[in-house]
Amino acid sequence: MYEKYMIVPERAKKNEKGFEIGARLPYYRGVSLSMVEEIEVSLDGETLPQSDVVITVHGNSYNLEQRENELDDRWEMGEVATLSVAKESDLKAGEHTIGLKINLRIGYMPFPSIRVAEKTVVIG
Amino acid sequence: MSSNIKRAVSLYSYQEEYFLRKMSLEECIAAAAATGATGIEIVGEQSVLGCPKTPSEAFIEQWFGWMDKYKVTPVAHDMFLDYNKKKGHYWTDEEAVESFKKDIRFARSLGFKIIRVIVNTTPQIIEKVLPFAEENDIKLGIEVHAPWNINSAWMERHWEVMERTGTKHFGFIPDMGGFTRRLPRVQIERMIRNGADPEIAKYVCEQHEKGVMAEYTIYEVSKMSNRRIDMVVAEMSRHNTFVNPLSLVPHMDKIIHIHGKCLEMLEDYTEYSIPYKEVINVLKKYGYNGYIATEYEGNRHIQDVYEVDSVEQVRRHQEMLKNYINS
Repeated sequence: MYEKYMIVPERAKKNEKGFEIGARLPYYRGVSLSMVEEIEVSLDGETLPQSDVVITVHGNSYNLEQRENELDDRWEMGEVATLSVAKESDLKAGEHTIGLKINLRIGYMPFPSIRVAEKTVVIG
Repeated sequence: MSSNIKRAVSLYSYQEEYFLRKMSLEECIAAAAATGATGIEIVGEQSVLGCPKTPSEAFIEQWFGWMDKYKVTPVAHDMFLDYNKKKGHYWTDEEAVESFKKDIRFARSLGFKIIRVIVNTTPQIIEKVLPFAEENDIKLGIEVHAPWNINSAWMERHWEVMERTGTKHFGFIPDMGGFTRRLPRVQIERMIRNGADPEIAKYVCEQHEKGVMAEYTIYEVSKMSNRRIDMVVAEMSRHNTFVNPLSLVPHMDKIIHIHGKCLEMLEDYTEYSIPYKEVINVLKKYGYNGYIATEYEGNRHIQDVYEVDSVEQVRRHQEMLKNYINS
């Protein structure tokens, strides 16, 4: 569901910590950030630590620990969040393959809701 | 034989366009009204920012303004219970009831008279929240969604609460996906695009249509393939159930609302998988007079390769309902 729209390539760019991409929640409603069990980003096949991902929704930023404890603020349906990923080594400008896995804890589903996507994006 | 069944549209149906910001909330309401439907249903947490928090006065005013402008009525709000919202903690009944009450306040603030209760809600929670629902004159409807059916063990426990309390504020909301006679073609084709074996898929569809119990089909497929995706196709027959529409009859006075699920509306105004005419004939004959709300959900199976046109799918579904209700 919505895998195609998860990665928003137009929002990809380098930033002071590493790089960032735009991301949409692969679900038909918004959820509290605490329900986002996993955000896993990979860069050119290398899986990056989830603790290096900071999510920003409507101006509010959360690291992994803050996200897990955020019961009120929500990632709304269709909202493009920014995922900022720390990356020490200098990232070459140009095309990169970005992978994104999002795992949601949804109370009524008998199993974890895991969606994965991959796109080639230009990180300038 | 005409009937008093009323037509609604769940704005969930337009989720593809709403997700991509191709349609605003107002445009979804306008599209629903343009089909001739008179009722509106929403998944609050989809359509309204911050739900289940009670919306701002300004939003509430705008909402009722839209209802007047498009001559439609709020019918149902679909709620969830996020029991595991906090990692490592499972809600107590008290926490679940508090969350449920927020949805009741939310529904009331926007004029909804019915709440679709998510299927994992326990009968005990319903009983605990029922006095508050009654005070607010909100009817609760447990959604009977495949693979459950109205006579499933879980539903029997909810039925027992309805019987014992004698309340007018708790009933069933059957989802028409429980009458999936043919497996959804859009879903099967998506599975094949994802790598499922077309021959196995064809076999599973044939068995399903013949009414062969899913467990037989699943076992047979396990002998044909050791690939997970082929098993997922076989398991579709277990998840997309068909039961005799007459199973609704003994419960007719407890059916407070209906979800008109559709995944693929054809040009001839029939749904590929669900024999709507048969189900609606049962509803008419036994006096159902609530709403059927269109719930188009095909987008998720075709969005990988096709342009989704939810507005047209909903329009066809509403035309079909109108024909069957009035014929």
